[in-house]
Amino acid sequence: MNEKISHLIKESFGEQSVLSSDFSGLQGIIVVQTNLIADICLLLRNHPTCYFDYLSCLSGVDLGLEKNQFAVVYHLSSITLGYQITLKVIIDHPRDNPQLPIVPTVSQVWRTADWHEREAYDLLGIYFEGHPDLRRILCPDDWEGYALRKDYVAAESYGGLKINGEVKTNE
Amino acid sequence: MNNLKTDPSKLKNEEMILNMGPQHPSMHGVLRLELVTDGETVKECIPHIGYLHRCFEKHAEALNYQQIIPFVDRMDYLSSMNNDHVFVMGVEKMLGIDQTIPKRVEYIRVLVCELNRIASHLIAIGTYGMDIGAVTPFFFCFKEREHILNLLEWASGARLLYNYIWIGGLFYDLPVGFEQRCSEFLTQFKPKMRELDELLTNNSIFISRTQNIGVLPLDVAINYGCSGPMLRGSGINYDLRRIDGYSVYPELDFEIPIGEGKMGTTGDCWDRFDVRVREISESIKIAEQCIERLTKELKRSPEFDPRAKLPKKLIPKAQEFYCRGEMPKGELGYYFIADGKSDKPFRCKARAASFSNLSVLPELAKGAMIADLIAILGSIDIVLGEVDR
Repeated sequence: MNEKISHLIKESFGEQSVLSSDFSGLQGIIVVQTNLIADICLLLRNHPTCYFDYLSCLSGVDLGLEKNQFAVVYHLSSITLGYQITLKVIIDHPRDNPQLPIVPTVSQVWRTADWHEREAYDLLGIYFEGHPDLRRILCPDDWEGYALRKDYVAAESYGGLKINGEVKTNE
Repeated sequence: MNNLKTDPSKLKNEEMILNMGPQHPSMHGVLRLELVTDGETVKECIPHIGYLHRCFEKHAEALNYQQIIPFVDRMDYLSSMNNDHVFVMGVEKMLGIDQTIPKRVEYIRVLVCELNRIASHLIAIGTYGMDIGAVTPFFFCFKEREHILNLLEWASGARLLYNYIWIGGLFYDLPVGFEQRCSEFLTQFKPKMRELDELLTNNSIFISRTQNIGVLPLDVAINYGCSGPMLRGSGINYDLRRIDGYSVYPELDFEIPIGEGKMGTTGDCWDRFDVRVREISESIKIAEQCIERLTKELKRSPEFDPRAKLPKKLIPKAQEFYCRGEMPKGELGYYFIADGKSDKPFRCKARAASFSNLSVLPELAKGAMIADLIAILGSIDIVLGEVDR
């Protein structure tokens, strides 16, 4: 089934749309081109061979300081047919780049992606292009930095108050 | 301070912004709803969450897999066993030891999970009655829940946050006499459920408050990623215990209740409520089967050690894995990335059921009355600990 889906994507968007795929692990993973992700998701949702009508999970990932890459991982599942597949996009993004990494939104394909994308924006600073309402969701609106990035340094103060005061031992 | 999404200067003359929560009992925790109202009608509803954000994912990256379990407990604090079970299953799958877990351990896990599921649904039902204005069922439910908490406390030593299910086994075997007391509890509990049905489920005031309110069509539910009783209330037979058949669920006999629109439209508040009530009876059935096997073919023996299979070295191969399971609120998923070198996950994302279920609220609230909004929110059955993580 995994090959079939990978083949379907290649057939519709050309050979170069699938960058790599790995079906040896516990779950099949297909890495696709970033700018095509919304169209690919729409195709996989509507196509009768797979019919991925349910987005289980959408996660942003910081792939580490050496790689300087970010990833967004989509866990699709089909309620009708019972398949599961993992889609992934990888964005090169040097740490000194003040701009945020950009990924097209899939919130028009599955409405559940709306909040998941807001979470990825909040915690990892991934900008979802075309998102209807991209605001912070878990952290306060005036929070600085993106907490789940690997180079994140914990804030010292918030709202004029020190976050971690001095630790005093009982002497 | 700019804490509103709506621009007050753009409101029409008859519209008003109303803040609901965060500190109000009917918000089920700390949830703030920003409402744009026209008289009693809700024009728009914008949930503001994050008041209980405790950086679970950031903590998880700094701890090893065994140490994460207490943090997982605190996500949905009303059903800690179920959280643990899914998490532990995921790690065991990654380590490749999921087939070597002894049957007795698996049955004990399912037993405590189902007991916890009953406790969680009892809270959902009791507090829902309270939201609508029926105070008595709340005490009925809490009385029964107390028995379950006593049982689980006996087994694990804690009343809510158990840390009982460990990777590769259990904290301890069940205490001597647990099966006996558990089956005694289930026998006395069954007639109580019928009492509750008479008191609340078929109560005409309750029905008129919940029928045809907050109707969630199936396609909308799927598109918004709803799961659990939310999705089944809309009339689809979708339960991961059956679909994925994890643990020993394929060996157990149980039904999956779905909403049928008995009191009005399929997918209304009453349907979601009714699915939970009927799920309790299914959980009783599962628990009884577990107890039967645990006292017969999988009887306790002095040699049995639930810690025997605990892995000495907890370092999974480099891989990524999304593990999902059915908890009382719906689909709980953990997305792990292991780098193959350390015993800490490189990334551990939790897909919480309540988080996705809550995201459908603006859709359901549009055009509802303010009093009905409380009924809708209660029927979603959220736990803010899990929404905010």
